[in-house]
Amino acid sequence: MARVVIVGAGIVGAACAFYGARAGLEVTVLERGAVAAGTTGAGEGNLLLSDKEAGPELQLALRSSLLWNELGDELGGAGFELERKGGVVVASSPEGLTALRRFAAVQRALGVDSEPLDQSQLHEAEPHLSRALAGGAFYPGDLQVQPMLAAATLLAAARRHGALVRTGVEVTGAVLADGRLTGVRTSAGTAPADYVVNASGTWGGQVSAALGAEVPILPRRGFILVTEPLPRIVRHKVYSADYVANVASDSEGLELSPVVEGTRSGTVLIGASRERVGFDRTISIPVVRQLAAQAIALFPVLARINLMRVYAGFRPYCPDHLPVIGADPRLPGLLHACGHEGAGIGLAPATGELIAHLITGQPTSVDPKPFAPERLIGQLT
Amino acid sequence: MTSFGFDDSEIDFADGQTVGAALIDAGIYGWRVTRRGGTRRGLFCGIGVCYDCLVTVDGAPNQRACLIPARAGMTVTTQTGTGHDDLAC
Repeated sequence: MARVVIVGAGIVGAACAFYGARAGLEVTVLERGAVAAGTTGAGEGNLLLSDKEAGPELQLALRSSLLWNELGDELGGAGFELERKGGVVVASSPEGLTALRRFAAVQRALGVDSEPLDQSQLHEAEPHLSRALAGGAFYPGDLQVQPMLAAATLLAAARRHGALVRTGVEVTGAVLADGRLTGVRTSAGTAPADYVVNASGTWGGQVSAALGAEVPILPRRGFILVTEPLPRIVRHKVYSADYVANVASDSEGLELSPVVEGTRSGTVLIGASRERVGFDRTISIPVVRQLAAQAIALFPVLARINLMRVYAGFRPYCPDHLPVIGADPRLPGLLHACGHEGAGIGLAPATGELIAHLITGQPTSVDPKPFAPERLIGQLT
Repeated sequence: MTSFGFDDSEIDFADGQTVGAALIDAGIYGWRVTRRGGTRRGLFCGIGVCYDCLVTVDGAPNQRACLIPARAGMTVTTQTGTGHDDLAC
């Protein structure tokens, strides 16, 4: 039985641990902080099909959608607040609506269901939405989970399959034999391994560099605004069609598009900002103000509501906006599973399953080639 | 001493006291019930962080009693639910 060390106990590390342990691998998870203490604990918890354009990430998202639903049945979705709530994408102008319809038609051909919503259907779906919008689309496949509970649930299930989870243990370097990774050095001694999975999210660049085979992962900062608890006033995940363009953008500057959703506890979460400012956690009041204004433009009722707090997180991105998943050709024994940007919660199960399949040599559920590390080597700056 | 209204009573306060401090001074330790368990809450952190001491002030819900300065003539009422239950859809 192969020994696998997974570096990182965020949602991706947790999913790798779950699918690995279930496949019979001897799994140890090493986490320098606490479970879900990085990007996993700083997001909203979405699995979105609606924002994915045709391409490899959509294939990963479609597989993940199936797996999240399966995990909900198998591990008890209520325990991690799995809600099959669906997404509502809105367009403010007729041109925006035309573009959204075109986008949805391409997705539909690839297996992403959606229904067009005219103004009155939009109002029926979300009674508090502004009446000034041109229309939208409903995506029944979009899901929400509470990411910290989801990571904890996956790790607990992995432990039932024999996995070991060690928090407060930092990986500091590689143990090599004949050019192959045979373990990791840590702040608490060495840990032997036949395979090491770099699932350290935004810090995946640093961890891979410490192991001797760096992949380029950079932080893209985002803020989330949290309102006081409310009765249900937002039924779905609701966001502006501009969001899709922002996610794919390579701009260095601040990008903003409103994303609004309710949670089981009653708070409403408001995003989404994207900034490339390194690991700077400073809360920017101008950005918070703009996020709030955009959310109020979508849901005027929010003007009456107090914010309780704001939190910041770092999305881990690769230069080509695709996650890096698979074996590193420079260092036998090392696999990467990071760089999921803002989609890590959604894409985690398919990533974990893919890593387990790659290690055990089973046929994979999605084509692993587009995610393979080869494409990034030589792109380090 | 001046006073503000709290539900059916008048609460005296000293200059500079918060609503929460005045309520405690008057021997009232709990003034909100939780949304789900229905258990009583009052001051917990006392510094604006925990959101346990919420009251409705002059009709505005979810005000933190520990931060709101007491003012003569204000109307403070016990809050039930989210304070925004009318918005449910």
